[in-house]
Amino acid sequence: MMGYENQESHLYASKEEMESLVLDDDSPTGTAHPFSDPLSSLPFAEIPTDQSQTPNSSFNSILEPPSYAEAIFRSFDADHSSPQLNGSHDHSIASPSSPPSSDDFLTITVSDPQKEQELSNSLVPGGTAYVTYLITTRTNLPEFDGTEFSVRRRFRDVVTLSDRLAESYRGFFIPLRPDKSVVESQVMQKQEFLEQRRAALEKYLRRLAAHPVIRRSEELRMFLEANGKLPLVRTTDVASRMLDGAVQLPKQIFGETAGGMVDANEVAQPAKGGRDLLRIFRELKQSVSNDWGGVKPPVVEEDKELVEKKQKLHDFEQQLSNVSQQAEALVKAQQDIGETMGQMGLAFVKLTKFETERAVYDSQRTRAADMKNVATASVKASRLYRELNAQTVKHLDKLHEYLGVMLAVNNAFSDRSSALLTVQTLLSELTSLNSRIEKLEAAASKIFGGDRSRIRKIEELKETHRVTEDAKSSAVREYERIKENNKNELERFEKERHDDFLGMLRGFIVNQAGSGRLITNQVLMWDLGSVSVVSEAMSTGTRDLEYCDNIRNFVLGIM
Amino acid sequence: MNTMQRSGSGSLQSPRSPSSQAPFLSVSVTDPAKMGNGVQAYISYKVITKTNLPEYQGNEKIVIRRYSDFVWLHDRLFEKYKGIFIPPLPEKSTVEKFRFSAEFIEMRRQALDVFVNRIASHHELRQSDDLRIFLQADEQTMDRARFQETGIFKKKPADLIQIFKDVQSKVSDVVLGKEKPVEESTPEYEKMKNYIFELEDHLAEAQKHAYRLVKRHRELGESLSEFGKAVKLLGTCDDDALGKAFSELGEKAEIISIKLQKEAHHLLMNFEEPLKDYVRAVQSIKATIAERATAFKKQCELAETIKFKEIDLNKYRLTRSEKLAEAEREYEMLKAEGEETSRRFDTIVRLMNEEIVRFQEQKTSDMGLAFHEFAKGQARLSNGIADAWRSLLPKLEAHSS
Repeated sequence: MMGYENQESHLYASKEEMESLVLDDDSPTGTAHPFSDPLSSLPFAEIPTDQSQTPNSSFNSILEPPSYAEAIFRSFDADHSSPQLNGSHDHSIASPSSPPSSDDFLTITVSDPQKEQELSNSLVPGGTAYVTYLITTRTNLPEFDGTEFSVRRRFRDVVTLSDRLAESYRGFFIPLRPDKSVVESQVMQKQEFLEQRRAALEKYLRRLAAHPVIRRSEELRMFLEANGKLPLVRTTDVASRMLDGAVQLPKQIFGETAGGMVDANEVAQPAKGGRDLLRIFRELKQSVSNDWGGVKPPVVEEDKELVEKKQKLHDFEQQLSNVSQQAEALVKAQQDIGETMGQMGLAFVKLTKFETERAVYDSQRTRAADMKNVATASVKASRLYRELNAQTVKHLDKLHEYLGVMLAVNNAFSDRSSALLTVQTLLSELTSLNSRIEKLEAAASKIFGGDRSRIRKIEELKETHRVTEDAKSSAVREYERIKENNKNELERFEKERHDDFLGMLRGFIVNQAGSGRLITNQVLMWDLGSVSVVSEAMSTGTRDLEYCDNIRNFVLGIM
Repeated sequence: MNTMQRSGSGSLQSPRSPSSQAPFLSVSVTDPAKMGNGVQAYISYKVITKTNLPEYQGNEKIVIRRYSDFVWLHDRLFEKYKGIFIPPLPEKSTVEKFRFSAEFIEMRRQALDVFVNRIASHHELRQSDDLRIFLQADEQTMDRARFQETGIFKKKPADLIQIFKDVQSKVSDVVLGKEKPVEESTPEYEKMKNYIFELEDHLAEAQKHAYRLVKRHRELGESLSEFGKAVKLLGTCDDDALGKAFSELGEKAEIISIKLQKEAHHLLMNFEEPLKDYVRAVQSIKATIAERATAFKKQCELAETIKFKEIDLNKYRLTRSEKLAEAEREYEMLKAEGEETSRRFDTIVRLMNEEIVRFQEQKTSDMGLAFHEFAKGQARLSNGIADAWRSLLPKLEAHSS
């Protein structure tokens, strides 16, 4: 009936061979199928051009105007946005090198992990091994010395970069660096781990490059460009910091360093990260008195709007986390259905082969032909599901990305809180200094001729007061600066969130719709091949009116 | 569900039938109802018979039957019509939980309807007395008949007797020093047997995946629904265009989830169930193969016995023993039995040859329909999903601007 002999080779398929399974699309009726060959032989993204070139525009117009079909498949290619549907391009998913402004670019690639030996000054004899990555940058930004350059950096350098940025850009929504995850590196296959880390580093650096302010930072420039050792101050670990701080403490307590808060620059840093134990204690005391003291702190968070905003963002973050979980489950379900579809297809392939080999009666051969159609359609549908899922993952990944952004937002807000706490602490200091000075002056004035020791003490206190006053001004300036950063970043964040999510939604919807059309086409096509169906559909006409209309139009279209 | 189509070579009441005076017998199994309480609860079905055959009383008859009545009918037919592939029954339910679930009841009702219709449209089976009893007898008569069957004539004891006979003959074979194969071994029949056994494996695998596919549709529907709910909640965080976009997406996801559940059900009833039915049919053929093997063995054994009897007979003739007369009588009886057994075996062979052709044709037709339903369902689903998602786009464009 169909010349099975030459098609037998297609029917030998094991599970492993499913990937390369070549499925024949010949229709048993011999009717020309315009979609059959293009769909089976050409790569995925080329389908639209073929569709629009077929003479069967009547069939196309039933299901899809060609331009729309094209638009769908363009979106499958993650590097393009859908031109048909939207004038402005959405913040593209896989090309974060497209900057907010028009011409300048900063493109970063991370590659080539290499093992290197750390020499000398380590306690472990023979040195420890570490991995470096090749960081390649292409840019036309004026801050950089070159336009194309590479450096080698290790993960520790990335930690340093991240910490220095956190210090310099308090109040900004700074993208979070990848985890250190030391434990995992032992559990995972070395190769897998390296690849994961490489990808994570690349993502991180690209996000930094996408931030309008941070991309122009000196820290980033040095990281990307400076050859040899990274010229940024290394962050020491917490233990040694505390150790240093403990050394300082007696001096502070016994007043050798005046007030313990001299350095106005230091004031511009949060206490917790620093060496200054005394400052940490004082701010802790202040925060306790804020919370439990019953006395209103001298400077409060006056921005009611901000408090509201924070609450809203918190709600958003929670719901986002929930959506992200459900999205994962959805992706798994899509994967499962695709897999099962494919497995069923394979089972039918085996059945077809079996019936064909052992056929004694014609009825068996007919059945084998029908079965082959089901098998083909199922395996193809399974591939379509897989592609759908790959795209879904890309789109919904935005959800995960924003969960990370929310963490950065929280960090920026806590920068603000700790700066405020510093101000409050200093104000309390000033208040208590003032009252001490007053008391001493009152006591000293009672003694005629003056009290040498008391007067000296008053002088010291007044000196401390002056210094503390300077520190307070500096702290207030810092607080205001951070507030301003917060405000600007929030605006930027809101706009980007709006655009990003709308883009994500569009991408998700277009992907789902396009995939649905493809599967429909697939199924209609192979079912049309079944002779009994076509003739029955055309003769009865009463059964499944819409379905028969489709078939009839299609068949008429090609006659 | 159009049961006529499912029964293959349909009863003559199809629209293609030339004259309404032609004899017809059409049956439907409907209206499942739960009877009784607790452990003894069961489902009863209405069996409606429409006919103009003279053997039946009147044009239309409605009786109430339960699953075990169908089992009785099946077993009786299997006993009486050896060689014919008796239409298979749906399985007894093993899981208590699902015994009364709406879906299970509907699947069973459909399968029982198909079962009876296949019998009613089989040119030999439709003439059976047992079918008539099943379709016409009042409930008490039916209960009595069923009770009797489970008493003495159940297959299980018969199997035991067969096993004893096997052991007997094997022992005698060993004692007499011969190990003759007691199996048919014509190449054609061998080929057919191998085909049937392998077919069952392949079909079972396909059916397993089809069943999983039904489950996957359900799971996808559920996860899409949960996703939709979560997205709707996310939409409440913003009261601007973005919030609305989320809400609309969430709504759509829930709608699509319902489509998926519907298709899961459709897939189950119109694709997976026919596949399962196919598997059962193959198992029924295996049972017939076993019957044929039994008949063949019996034929061989009788032939052996007759041969020995002949030897004895000649011995008696020579020695003019007084046992001769009785031996001659026995010999005649054995000969008659031998002829009867041979006749029975030949009938089985003949019937099986016809049945296999009928089986292949029926299965091609059944499967053709099932595949078409699969295609229809999938096309409808994916098209519906594509339309639903697509309808969101204009709104989304409005939100973007």
